[in-house]
Amino acid sequence: MESLFAVERLSTPLEERDDMITVKGLNKWFGDLHVLKNVDLTVKQGEVVVILGPSGSGKSTFIRTLNALEEFQTGEIVVDGISLTNDLKNIEEIRMETGMVFQSFNLFPHMTILKNISLAPIWVRKWKKQRAEQIALELLERVGIPEQAHKFPGQLSGGQQQRVAIARALAMRPKIMLFDEPTSALDPEMVKEVLDVMKTLAESGMTMLVVTHEMGFARQVADRIVLFDYGEIIEEGPPEQIFDHPQHDRTKLFLSQIL
Amino acid sequence: MEEISFETNKEPDILLPPKTQSRALRWLRENLFSSWFNALLTIASALVAGYILFHTIQFIFTADWSVISVNFRLLMIGQFPIEEVWRIWTAFGLMTVLLGLSWGLWKGSMAHVAVSILAIMVVMLVMPFIQMNTRLILGANIVLLFLTFFVGTKLPKIKVPVLLVWLLFIPVTIFILNGFGVFEPVSSNIWGGFLLTMLIASVSIVVSFPIGLLLALGRRSTLPVVKYFCVIYIEFIRGIPLITVLFIGQLMIPLFLGNGIEISNVMRAMIGMTLFSAAYLAENIRGGLQSIPRGQYEAAQSLGLSKAHMMSFVILPQALKAVIPACVGQFISIFKDTSLVAIVGLTDLLGMGQKLVANPEFLGKQMEVFLFVGFIYFIFCFLMAHVSRRLEVTLGVGER
Repeated sequence: MESLFAVERLSTPLEERDDMITVKGLNKWFGDLHVLKNVDLTVKQGEVVVILGPSGSGKSTFIRTLNALEEFQTGEIVVDGISLTNDLKNIEEIRMETGMVFQSFNLFPHMTILKNISLAPIWVRKWKKQRAEQIALELLERVGIPEQAHKFPGQLSGGQQQRVAIARALAMRPKIMLFDEPTSALDPEMVKEVLDVMKTLAESGMTMLVVTHEMGFARQVADRIVLFDYGEIIEEGPPEQIFDHPQHDRTKLFLSQIL
Repeated sequence: MEEISFETNKEPDILLPPKTQSRALRWLRENLFSSWFNALLTIASALVAGYILFHTIQFIFTADWSVISVNFRLLMIGQFPIEEVWRIWTAFGLMTVLLGLSWGLWKGSMAHVAVSILAIMVVMLVMPFIQMNTRLILGANIVLLFLTFFVGTKLPKIKVPVLLVWLLFIPVTIFILNGFGVFEPVSSNIWGGFLLTMLIASVSIVVSFPIGLLLALGRRSTLPVVKYFCVIYIEFIRGIPLITVLFIGQLMIPLFLGNGIEISNVMRAMIGMTLFSAAYLAENIRGGLQSIPRGQYEAAQSLGLSKAHMMSFVILPQALKAVIPACVGQFISIFKDTSLVAIVGLTDLLGMGQKLVANPEFLGKQMEVFLFVGFIYFIFCFLMAHVSRRLEVTLGVGER
């Protein structure tokens, strides 16, 4: 049987897999404000990286540079072998390979759920409408809300909307999923349903970069945790190491404030 | 601490309002006679309203409307030669067919348009001064409207072709009026009356919309040349009165085109009105574009949609929906402003009215003529406003 989210699952250990994302010496300024300072990060295929850090530390800005929603000034970003330059063609190719889920869902309010999901596959992947809608329905089934296909986003709860947003990103068959605080705008009782979907997705072998404040999710699902502060990576490592034996003082401070 | 108990299972005691007064009486008391001062105001305004209404109705029923019935054809189509009127009827028939089909295909707002036009045709049909053959043609059109309505309900597949023909309707109409390119064209200088008003208004509305859209998009462009061209154009046009634009159009357009090319007065007026209203529409549409949150752009981009796809599927549908009320307001204002072309020597509906009043034969008939002209403007403006409200309801403007 096809794996749950149709991503090829790898049995090879992480260290031997190909690089999915390579970031070298990334610098970004907003005016005079230096928001990303010499960021280096490599993400392997199928790896789940959770990015933690205080607000304003540049973690959202960082993952938004990966699919060119934000520009950067110096450094190098390679996504799935494609170098991120100002070339529109490269940008569009990278966006086809990376799905993104936003804090505020950003569903298209004037389209039904089904249209929301099938729009990009039809116009970007050039799939037949019938095929795109069939896949949209399958994805809705997998995120647990097949009965909502013909409603409009405004008729759904926050948790349901965010699951639709995940399905919409997945419909493009991306190789990488970026999550920008996906549960921060949700009522507490809806956080779990979204995290469950993300967990299943991680187990199916998707390469994921997740900015979140959900420590439980980070500890349980992440292969690696990256800590941002003042625009730089101050510490990274497996969850056990970060949570139980943090090395850096700022990491300890951050964790003491959250946990 | 005191314990608070919640008795959720108990039905609250419902007190029914005392039934002492009927609803109408209560409404009167609450809205018109709630205090002695309000009662005084009510009585005073009732007296004034009654006085005005009485004299208006008295005028309508005692006035001599023969000036309208005698000149009805002039008011409707100006001096369009009578032996060529069949061209107008052909275009009118085409409109009836399209209207009937659209009524059958889309129902909803289209039904309101179709029924209103139908009502206008029926009213014209029963007017005592209408000639017999006009009645027959009108009757045939009414039958045609119903026939095509049923065709429309049975053939849902022809939506796209019908839309295409609608888009081509105005050029086709002008082509028909000019005799299909085969017969001798009727010079647009003798087009007049309501026909001219309709033509100028619909050309201006239909053509200025896409231009306004492009200007609005251009004003938000990141390319400085495009952006500043649009800004300068919009601000320049918005800075001068429409009459000035019309005068400039009359004098300057032939100058720009050089010798060789002749361009009729009507065409110049159309170009002037179109360019004028495009600037206003652009600002309306820009307002709509600005109301779309950044997240919508980002979501579309992150899915890999190209800029053209993003605009046409995600941004514009939402932005245009939000500005329907403002745009229809602009359309209504264009429709009424066509009356200004009388100043540059065209005889539209109002211009024809003025000519009639100036005719010694109809001395002292201003009231009748201008009331009639005003009434025609009112019907069509009200129709536009009504359809726009319907459209807002069907598209769910204001809901998210």
